[in-house]
Amino acid sequence: MSVSTPTAPVVGTDEPSAVSRLWGWASARWRASASILPTVAAVVIFVGMIVYGESAYGRIVQASTLSNLLINNAHLIIIAIGMTMVIISGRGGIDLSVGAVIAFSSVSGVLLAGAGINPYLVMLLMVGFGTLFGLASGVLIQYFNVQPFIATLAMMFLGRGLASTLSTKPERLEDDSPIRELGAVIKIVDGPKVDDLMVTPGVIIAFVVVAGAFFVMHRTRLGRTIYAMGGSRTSAALMGLPVKRTILTIYTLSGTLSGLAAVVYTSRLGIAQNITGLGWELDAIAATVIGGTLLTGGAGYVLGSVVGALVLGLMNVLITRDGGIKPETTTIITGGILLVFVLLQRAVTARRRE
Amino acid sequence: MNASTPTLTARLTELLRKPFVWGVLAILLLLVVNLLKDPSYLAIRVNPTNGNLAGNVLDILRASAPIVLVATGMSLVIATAGIDLSVGSVMAVAGATSMQYLQSADAASSMSAALTAMAMSIALGAVLGMVSGALVAYVGLQPFITTLVMMLAGRGLAKVITSGQNTTATNEQFRWLANGYVGGFPVVFLLALVIAILIMLVVRRSALGMMILSIGINPRASRMAGIKPAGLLITVYALSGVLAAIAGMFAVSSVMTVDVSQTGYQMEMDAILAVVVGGGSLAGGKLSMGGAVVGALLIATLDKTVVFLGVPSSATPAFKATVILVLFLLQADNVRGLLRSRRPRPTLPTEPVDTKVSVAA
Repeated sequence: MSVSTPTAPVVGTDEPSAVSRLWGWASARWRASASILPTVAAVVIFVGMIVYGESAYGRIVQASTLSNLLINNAHLIIIAIGMTMVIISGRGGIDLSVGAVIAFSSVSGVLLAGAGINPYLVMLLMVGFGTLFGLASGVLIQYFNVQPFIATLAMMFLGRGLASTLSTKPERLEDDSPIRELGAVIKIVDGPKVDDLMVTPGVIIAFVVVAGAFFVMHRTRLGRTIYAMGGSRTSAALMGLPVKRTILTIYTLSGTLSGLAAVVYTSRLGIAQNITGLGWELDAIAATVIGGTLLTGGAGYVLGSVVGALVLGLMNVLITRDGGIKPETTTIITGGILLVFVLLQRAVTARRRE
Repeated sequence: MNASTPTLTARLTELLRKPFVWGVLAILLLLVVNLLKDPSYLAIRVNPTNGNLAGNVLDILRASAPIVLVATGMSLVIATAGIDLSVGSVMAVAGATSMQYLQSADAASSMSAALTAMAMSIALGAVLGMVSGALVAYVGLQPFITTLVMMLAGRGLAKVITSGQNTTATNEQFRWLANGYVGGFPVVFLLALVIAILIMLVVRRSALGMMILSIGINPRASRMAGIKPAGLLITVYALSGVLAAIAGMFAVSSVMTVDVSQTGYQMEMDAILAVVVGGGSLAGGKLSMGGAVVGALLIATLDKTVVFLGVPSSATPAFKATVILVLFLLQADNVRGLLRSRRPRPTLPTEPVDTKVSVAA
């Protein structure tokens, strides 16, 4: 193994020694990997949870459990993706309105479908309502200098309040409504007994969203602008990046994804209520943070947030399987896991700064 | 007389620049709306038997007490560029602690039992706040996520304390907090006001306020100036926890029942709104405790107005959102610019021409 310099010897001492070059290479690699480390940690813990669940309770590593994990959390994955983009953009970027937007979108969607409107149009409208809410947040933040927390909080109140004026009781989707087809289970591999590998169109939508978001964040100008804004908004603006337009875009995107999540969730459950999605913004933020995105912005991965959402989902599965855990303590456990992840992130980022 | 006119308008525009003035205007507007519905809305009656005041305004003051307390604590936390999402859960913890203790003590009219319950609740609130503060100050975690953890854990803790039940207790002294009167005014409001004013005096009359603000403006510079942020941060979060605990006791004392999933629910949002309406900035470095109190009164007025107007309570958030949006849009610079732009400004367009000439010359 040769680490000596292949170039001809140069007079003078400017040429770095082999050791210092090796050191430089190693530290550069370490620095490059440091931003992905929290995400890697999330994957490791996810795998650890699966291993623990399999050994302690059994029936975790099987097609039906893992399929259900995806099916039951498809909507969370979709909103976590939107939240990730918003948080990466920095400057206190956050979208508190996602849960309330889902409530409004699903209640109005079910009511519209019940009124006999074309179901495909209804689904489009549901996504469109989300877009409108996101656009409103974006306009408030960008053109009226309202802080993201406050702007999206106002949209959260608005969405929840409007959903409540529409209906306060569970609204059922008709049993033969085509919207339900998005939640219909498709067996890919018919396993023994009920152990089937399953998928729903909702899960496929979530996969498409994840793939699309990954492409946007890492292969397009928009993605780079979002990361640049999170690093330093002033620098991004000075570089000539379209900061204003991008803020509008990401909040609109987050709203649109909330609308999409409403379609996916409603199609699976068939019921919408004004209290649907209560507190989901916190789930989405937790998934994003667990997945390794820094709340200060500038660093994070959409794929990490997918893992974060699955960690939360798996946690619920394990708590249910355990049976001995009192329901009162579930939020304590969620809080504890969140704390472990942020402490881990903190350790990683502190080391990077040294 | 001529000289006084411009200073008056100048003073007026200066006043309109202060955010909390808009809060006061909004409160007045809401009261006017209520007056239009019922001309006797503002009437205050004196109860002939015990001399206590009664009326809609008194109800508003009573309802504002917990929000005033929590918003005062929140304004200090926000001034350090932090945020405390856990206040609602701390309220639930405090309520659960006092109800559970009073129930097990089984002392319907014991002053010492009431005091013990209060002391325990306040101590627990302080501990929860200190844990948040320590995580923020020593570990360097972000306040948002730290207090989010505390919010989740606190709600769970409240449920664990009461084993998931909505505990009910009886104790006359504790109940006096919510139902008692001093000098004709409800005890809750007076207590909240006294506590808020005391904190205001301590913070403003000492260097404490300046040091808190310096952390919010530039933590590194304040550290170089010899301010130790860790102790201050822990104090501020602990104070927020204590105030939330007192607010929690206020919230449960009127019905003497703690609803572990509803007590203090989303109080953090109300408190943050109150602070921001009062002129605080979530970016930190701004402190207006008076503004926060105005914001808290606005939110209480809003809640009561919605009920009074007969809007279904589930639709309250939409009403709230509308008022918030209007308030913030009025405060936004470019909306004011839009309102002002009707007046022609002759000096502005000549400026670029001048520079061009000078460059050409």
